[in-house]
Amino acid sequence: MSAITSFDEFLNGLWKQNPIFVMVLGMCPTLAVTVSAVNAISMGLATTFVLGASCLLVSLLRNSIPKQVRIASYIVIIATFVTVVDYAIQAISLDLYVALGAYIKLIVANCVLLGRAEAHAAKNPPLPATTNAIGMGLGFTLGLFMIGCVREILGAGKLFGVSLFGDHFQPWVVMVLPPGGFFVLGFWLIVIAAFSHFSSKRNAQLKGVQL
Amino acid sequence: MSDTPEVNTPSFAMVRTLGLVSVICGIIIVGVYQVTLPAVNANKKLALERQVFKVLPNAKKIVPYFASAAGITSAEGQDQAPAGSIIFYAVYDAANNLSGIAAEASSSGYADQVRILYAYDAQKQLITGIGVISMRETPGIGDKILTDQAFLKNFEALDVSLSADLQSLANAVKTVKHGTKTSPWQIDAIAGATVTSKAVGRGINESAQNLLPKLLPHLEKLRNPS
Repeated sequence: MSAITSFDEFLNGLWKQNPIFVMVLGMCPTLAVTVSAVNAISMGLATTFVLGASCLLVSLLRNSIPKQVRIASYIVIIATFVTVVDYAIQAISLDLYVALGAYIKLIVANCVLLGRAEAHAAKNPPLPATTNAIGMGLGFTLGLFMIGCVREILGAGKLFGVSLFGDHFQPWVVMVLPPGGFFVLGFWLIVIAAFSHFSSKRNAQLKGVQL
Repeated sequence: MSDTPEVNTPSFAMVRTLGLVSVICGIIIVGVYQVTLPAVNANKKLALERQVFKVLPNAKKIVPYFASAAGITSAEGQDQAPAGSIIFYAVYDAANNLSGIAAEASSSGYADQVRILYAYDAQKQLITGIGVISMRETPGIGDKILTDQAFLKNFEALDVSLSADLQSLANAVKTVKHGTKTSPWQIDAIAGATVTSKAVGRGINESAQNLLPKLLPHLEKLRNPS
């Protein structure tokens, strides 16, 4: 039973409450760094790490943090793990660090993080809190990746840096510029909204309910 | 858990919690900083070397120096530049002869700072090549400064000779409209990417005006580093 709940907890963030496509949170990195699949995945994983680690610590300290100082405590904890990620990425690859730019530091201000700490980790024991946070983080990564792939394919004719169409491809430059982020995000929001609309309609029909 | 604030939390408990959180976080941050520092420095060094090899292909050894009004000093092993000094790199070839000097120039372009590294030939007082360290210019437009051969030709022999009093450049480096370059200290802009081209010119001019007067009188020190 508990295994099922924690798996549900995990899936919740991945799809049902996907931070990008359902809750529409954390739009700043979503639009800014998704110019390529690699950037999108790196940003997503960095956020996932910060989410998981900060929610674990918040959950461990949840009973000793007075309500009056909770926001300050959460922000300090989140900022700590963002700094950790910042150093880690500098150590792994400077090119990636330059590509992600200020957006790594801006993870601090990503509302998914404070939202998770406040709404979930502060009220739940470490295991479900961390599972939920990692699910959310991977949901965020999935969202960024879906946007990043489309933008890289259309805007640069590549995927993961590998050229797909040969020399004749004329890059659709707007896709790697800021407006492209809005176009692709909007496109996915329509696709996903349509999908969930039709699937709920079908579910209702299967149950014999008229919509 | 109720949403009403617990009004009777003692002040001491709040201070204690914040103190505890800060201590835990402080330890984590400092620990990770110490652990990653060698790798970060190695990466930075590698990135710099890659850039230097691009502008001075026969480089074998790169030695960082600080130039200030008082002269030049080796920057080896120092993280922070002293106030008022500029960092540059003396580049030596396999026979340990000074093959050139590399320095950074930066200026704001269309989107963000355009940071470039240029190679300086002190003998001929010319800039002999540039490479981009970082930029966020528009793909397909501003980023042509990396690929446009006609533009890069400007930097094969860009005149940055000093004036007679050695206080500034004899002729300021200037980016001119595409197709109107007449003098060796001018940069022919890329048509359609004028803002980025101008940023490159402005950056080089600022850096050269600042660095070269401090550097050139002490050239002998670089030729015989020991």
